[in-house]
Amino acid sequence: MGEPDAHQTIEYVARNSYGRLVAYLAARSGDVAGAEDALSEAFGVALQRWPEEGVPLKPEAWLLHAARNRLIDASRRRQVRQKSEPYLQQLAGEAESLASAEREFPDERLKLLFVCAHPAIDETARTPLMLQTVLGLDAARIASAFLVSPAAMGQRLVRAKTKIRDAGIPFTIPEPPEWDERVSFVLDALYSAYTAGWESVADPDSAHRGLAAEAISVGRTLVQLMPEEPEARGLLALMLHCEARSAARHTSTGEFVPLDRQDPALWSRTFQEEAEKHLRVAAACRHIGRYQLEAALQSVHAHRAVSGEIDWKEIALLYEGLVRLAPGIGSSVGRAVALAECGDAAGGLAALDAIPASRVASYQPWWAARAHLLQKLNRGPEARTAFLRAASLSEDPSQRAHLLRRAES
Amino acid sequence: MKYALLVHQAQEYFDRPKDPAMASAGRAYGDALQAAGLLIGGGGLEAPQTATTVTLRDGKRHVHDGPYAETKEYLAGFAIIDAPNLDVALEWAARHPLAGHASIEVRPLLGSHFALGTAK
Repeated sequence: MGEPDAHQTIEYVARNSYGRLVAYLAARSGDVAGAEDALSEAFGVALQRWPEEGVPLKPEAWLLHAARNRLIDASRRRQVRQKSEPYLQQLAGEAESLASAEREFPDERLKLLFVCAHPAIDETARTPLMLQTVLGLDAARIASAFLVSPAAMGQRLVRAKTKIRDAGIPFTIPEPPEWDERVSFVLDALYSAYTAGWESVADPDSAHRGLAAEAISVGRTLVQLMPEEPEARGLLALMLHCEARSAARHTSTGEFVPLDRQDPALWSRTFQEEAEKHLRVAAACRHIGRYQLEAALQSVHAHRAVSGEIDWKEIALLYEGLVRLAPGIGSSVGRAVALAECGDAAGGLAALDAIPASRVASYQPWWAARAHLLQKLNRGPEARTAFLRAASLSEDPSQRAHLLRRAES
Repeated sequence: MKYALLVHQAQEYFDRPKDPAMASAGRAYGDALQAAGLLIGGGGLEAPQTATTVTLRDGKRHVHDGPYAETKEYLAGFAIIDAPNLDVALEWAARHPLAGHASIEVRPLLGSHFALGTAK
């Protein structure tokens, strides 16, 4: 075994420790953009010096040390925020002792996640901010997943980071009365990263797919950081259950396969078992929430691999809970379909029609559900119209093709 | 950090007769801010029609009757506070007696440009 390769080490640290390094620096300076800049400069210095001088014993501590010098310089140059100076002096002392001591530097990623999903941050910036600061993804890659131009995404991120610094958003863990709401902002932002990745599952090489995997890895981190929060486990279980089916969602020729027709043999047992494990731990907390219910729904579908059938009564019950806990068109549509699958197609259709028309005019799942129920009721011509409408609202080509086929069935 | 809590409310609330209960709630709020060691200053404002606006353009002074802009909501009061961070400022904004109908805008003061006393 020779010396550790400098470039490999730098790449490894950038991949595995980026979020922790940014979180540590930002939690002390209150300045995310400043922390990122200082860290990227520190990586630059490492790239120059490590190949010649050798890789330091503790690469992360070395980078922190280099980054804090830059943070202090930058803060002195600006001379605006004298308040952060004491933090930076403290940081200097800590970085010094971290470099020599055995202990690891503290993990501040949870505080950073709460800052990214703070209610004072523009909602459309929360998910991108989380992906960038915690995983180090660049603005262009995030932009392509969210279908906006890289320039617009860059601007959105810069604005959010400026707000964090200038408005004084604190790097703290919220206390109980706010805890549930603030956790839900973090979870929603993460779920939106996952769904941005999920929607174009047809193309396994797209930027989206990578994003789904990244969202799951942040989800696992989140569970480590808040092991007592059942909703974090609920969200992770939900994402894992969906991810478990990625190979079953399309035929080898790219045709869309609806969930109830998927071949369970193609589902990933490993992901499903990991999901079930988290759901069990979450259930023991006895504090039900939206994500646990949504994961439980997926879990009922997953059980078909064992029982051979879908327990629609259980699904209807879970949707009942979801409609109460997290009302929205999504859960109302799900409940209506479950009702129909339990044998009451007319009741399901009535439930769909009870949702105000203005809210569902361009909501694809409502049209697909309506078409499906009309077909069950042998109302062919109306079903066909609804299938065509659902197809025209589909963004995924394979799903559109599937709905068009059903329109003609 | 210093923050301004800017209270904006609709014209109709200015037009209503003054409510003594609201006035004492306002005083109690100021006292509470002071007791917490956060208050630098502030107060409620008379209706926008009492405002006079001054501009200086090309060295010429213009004075006109009324607030600086015609909008649906007008500034009704403000407080300058010195809070450790945004969350604390937001907490106090939510406690403002007018928060039930008015909007409380929380804006950080420019760090070093404005010399103001510290709270206490």
